[in-house]
Amino acid sequence: MGVSLSLIHIVGICFFSVSVEQIKNLHKRFEQLSGNEETISRENLENIPALANNPIRRQIIGAFFDKRNQHQNEVGSFEEIGFEQFLMVMSHFRPPTLKTTEEERETMRKEKLRFLFNMHDTDNDGTITLEEYRKAVEELLSKSGAIGQEAAKAIADAAMLEVASTNVPHMAPDDFYEGITFEHFEQILKGLKKESRLGDQPLEGVVLVKECLCCCCF
Amino acid sequence: MPSRTCSHSPSGFGKSLPEQGLLLLVVLVLLEGSVLPLGAASSPDVSHQDDSHNHKVADHGVNATKKVFPVLDVDYHHIQTPFEISLWVLLASLMKLGFHLIPRLSSIVPESCLLIVVGLLVGGLIKLAGEQVPPVLDSRLFFLCLLPPIILDAGYFLPIRPFMENVGTILMFAVVGTVWNAFFVGGLLYAVCQIQPANPSSLHSIELLHCLLFGSIISAVDPVAVLAVFEEIHINELLHILVFGESLLNDAVTVVLYHLFVEYAGVGTVTVMDGFLGVISFLVVALGGVLVGAIYGILAAFTSRFTSHTRVIEPLFVFVYSYMAYLSAEMFHLSGIMALIACGAVMRPYVEANISHKSHTTIKYFLKMWSSVSETLIFIFLGVATVDGPHSWNWTFVTVTVILCLVARVIGVVGLTYIINKFRIVKLTTKDQFIVAYGGLRGAIAFSLGFLLDQNQFAHRKMFLTAIITVIFFTVFVQGMTIKPLVELLAVKKKQEAKRSINEEIHTQFLDHLLTGIEDICGHYGHHHWKDKLNRFNKKYVKKCLIAGERSKEPQLIAFYHKMEMKQAIELVESGGGVKLPSAVPSTVSMQNIQPKKPPPAKAAERALPQLPKGREEEIRKILRSNLQRTRQRLRSYNRHTLVADPYEDGFSDLLIKKQKMIELEKKIKEMNNYLTVPAAPPDSPTMCRARLASGRDTDFKPAQQQKGNKICPDPQAYSMKPVSDSVPVIQVDLASPQSPDSVNVMDEFRRANQEEDQGLMMKPPQGSSGSNKPGEADTTRDQQRLMRCLSDPGPSADEDEDEPFLP
Repeated sequence: MGVSLSLIHIVGICFFSVSVEQIKNLHKRFEQLSGNEETISRENLENIPALANNPIRRQIIGAFFDKRNQHQNEVGSFEEIGFEQFLMVMSHFRPPTLKTTEEERETMRKEKLRFLFNMHDTDNDGTITLEEYRKAVEELLSKSGAIGQEAAKAIADAAMLEVASTNVPHMAPDDFYEGITFEHFEQILKGLKKESRLGDQPLEGVVLVKECLCCCCF
Repeated sequence: MPSRTCSHSPSGFGKSLPEQGLLLLVVLVLLEGSVLPLGAASSPDVSHQDDSHNHKVADHGVNATKKVFPVLDVDYHHIQTPFEISLWVLLASLMKLGFHLIPRLSSIVPESCLLIVVGLLVGGLIKLAGEQVPPVLDSRLFFLCLLPPIILDAGYFLPIRPFMENVGTILMFAVVGTVWNAFFVGGLLYAVCQIQPANPSSLHSIELLHCLLFGSIISAVDPVAVLAVFEEIHINELLHILVFGESLLNDAVTVVLYHLFVEYAGVGTVTVMDGFLGVISFLVVALGGVLVGAIYGILAAFTSRFTSHTRVIEPLFVFVYSYMAYLSAEMFHLSGIMALIACGAVMRPYVEANISHKSHTTIKYFLKMWSSVSETLIFIFLGVATVDGPHSWNWTFVTVTVILCLVARVIGVVGLTYIINKFRIVKLTTKDQFIVAYGGLRGAIAFSLGFLLDQNQFAHRKMFLTAIITVIFFTVFVQGMTIKPLVELLAVKKKQEAKRSINEEIHTQFLDHLLTGIEDICGHYGHHHWKDKLNRFNKKYVKKCLIAGERSKEPQLIAFYHKMEMKQAIELVESGGGVKLPSAVPSTVSMQNIQPKKPPPAKAAERALPQLPKGREEEIRKILRSNLQRTRQRLRSYNRHTLVADPYEDGFSDLLIKKQKMIELEKKIKEMNNYLTVPAAPPDSPTMCRARLASGRDTDFKPAQQQKGNKICPDPQAYSMKPVSDSVPVIQVDLASPQSPDSVNVMDEFRRANQEEDQGLMMKPPQGSSGSNKPGEADTTRDQQRLMRCLSDPGPSADEDEDEPFLP
């Protein structure tokens, strides 16, 4: 592990623009989660007590094991991931620094959006279909009992309808809107990005991970 | 609220009769010449007319004193105070009206400037008439009547999320920035006063503490002025909340500094101990204010839980509790502004879940109305007070004050931003800093505080007041007028006028959970972790206590969805349409377009199957619709505690009922498709006949008895189908598309049903028979598809409680 860690240092410094200190902290956490194993499995993540109440726990954990998030043009999912993959997923949440140029910022934003998109597009066909969207909303409302389940479908349908009508305003009755493509996804989240909420916008900023990377000190 | 309390404090309106006449005339002139509302040109005439008018009034008074039984009596003093108040309010409202009649004027000059000018004119006229100008901007009046509505409006509609996300920055500006401003301005002013050798005037005698007091009065950014200007320039949300939040939260600092310096100005010395006590006092004032506000907010939320039977007084609770919060806080010299903000922000989510939609609208309108009238009055009074005020102009003092105010603000903002940017993810750019610094307007609060000073204790009160007014005028006029062009020049991001879409809401929530999850995986308990904890606590305990009924369990996303639906429904009614149910954007996209088309075209035989039930569905739908219609027709008698249904509401509840029916339908149709049961309506029922006619498929329709006889057939749907309809493809029956005649029919149906007399509920629940029936097609996908086609909207399922408040 020692060898791979030093390699990761280099990768981390060049690619993620995070400090050695931050990576060490993350590594410590990784070891803690995996129980000092080389790799981490789904069970390890599922056992995190704080995560138990998260309605989208399944999707979050899924994202860690998704090969699409590793930037290697692979599809499918891992059974277990090593620290390198763990770090790669985490890297999606790094905040832009003052040094990042406008272009880098844009690519970063795209990456983050892609990450989100992949979380919804479970079958990797390039579109979020109505089924997938419904599932996502259901999951989101899974903690709110029966009302949530009933409303989820309606909400997802309304949302889908909204996407369809903003992106393809004129459709003949026979046309069929297959689902949200990445471009449309970008489109609908535009408002979210521009609305400079959070002294840190959720997509652009994703503060927390800065905090995560910096302050993973237990 | 203000008007009621105004009548208790008549101090501000000590005007005499002739003035009254003059004011009336001014109003009249303004009314006539609304094209030229300033009425400046006609002012000489006015004073002439005024005299004659006065004489007439006086004569009347003499006549009335005769011993003969007074047929017509004039007792002006009886109504003087409320009458004058009404006149002022009328003047203010007319002015506001007038400005908006001239579109070009209001696009160049901010309203606040125009109002001050009007105030100056009115004050000038009163002075010309040789009368004593009333002390209109009396501090009691200002703080007890005029200020609270504006702050409550701001607090109740405070955008919580951006506020909380930037709260660190806002506090930094509000607390550190204001203290810095106060000491910088006060200290340097004192220094300037001392080193001025050529000036033999009283400037030398000014004490340091007096200067600091002056600094603390002048340094606070004024929420009223900021609101007035920023509402017009539509700046982006971040900058708006930064400047506006600062102006609200610096109240605590101002209150403490003010009291501190007033206290020690007499003594002349301040020890370190006093400074320490001041810091503690600041914490007490700020946190105490928030606490008082929160307590009243929770009380208001709790009260609103039980108002479901007396909807008409619901809005009152919001106003009264907030006002009491303000007064209670002021009683202890806590920050009343912070109490109001906290009260409004705390009560809002719960109150909104409890009260009816109408009450919500009422609250919204009343708050906006009161706050805009108060704001108008404040600016007019500021103008009047300027004319009135005993001025003592000192070039050095005034100029230095204005310059120091600007310099202190710029240094403060730049310095603080430098520190804050180290902690912020989204940095404040230079442009942002400039706007924040430039947006630091001063206003009537400063003036009122200066007005409160005791002349005996502060020999320089007049000079202070003059300087304060100058600074206010400078900021409101110069900065207020130039900020708009500057914003455009610098291309500062403007506010996006975007409706919050359901997708955004979904993804905001999704991101929140995602970020919390990632934090948990990192094992770092940060911002999101605690927010999540708080949310859960809120959902689990607080909501249960404060929100009545089912809605307490409603997650945020569903609540948002319902609200959106409601809004669309209202828009629909208001636009007089009703052809189409919610699809956020006007377009031809309908539910059918996003539904996966499962049945492949090859299976012709199977495809024909859903065809028949379609015809049936249509009929059944109409039956259900017209029957459900009846539930609504109860409320017709007059009741003092509820509102009689008006046409608007009729349309509105129509929609709601329609929605509910859609849900019913969804179930019914499902049943029907599966089991082929038709609820048998009495054959003679007019609705039935009409439905049959409207559907134009009488042949398809079979009474339930017949159906029951039919049920032995393995697939009765197929057999009872008309041969012609075989050839019609499924998709062509386009119920969902907005243009389809069927959806138009829906509304017609409603209208017709309205005209018929009340027949009570006639819905025949088919459960009994359906249970005995044998299941037919159980193809759920097709079933679903058909279902969706029938509904032009994504039928909400948990809509029932949404309806409840509207059917009293």
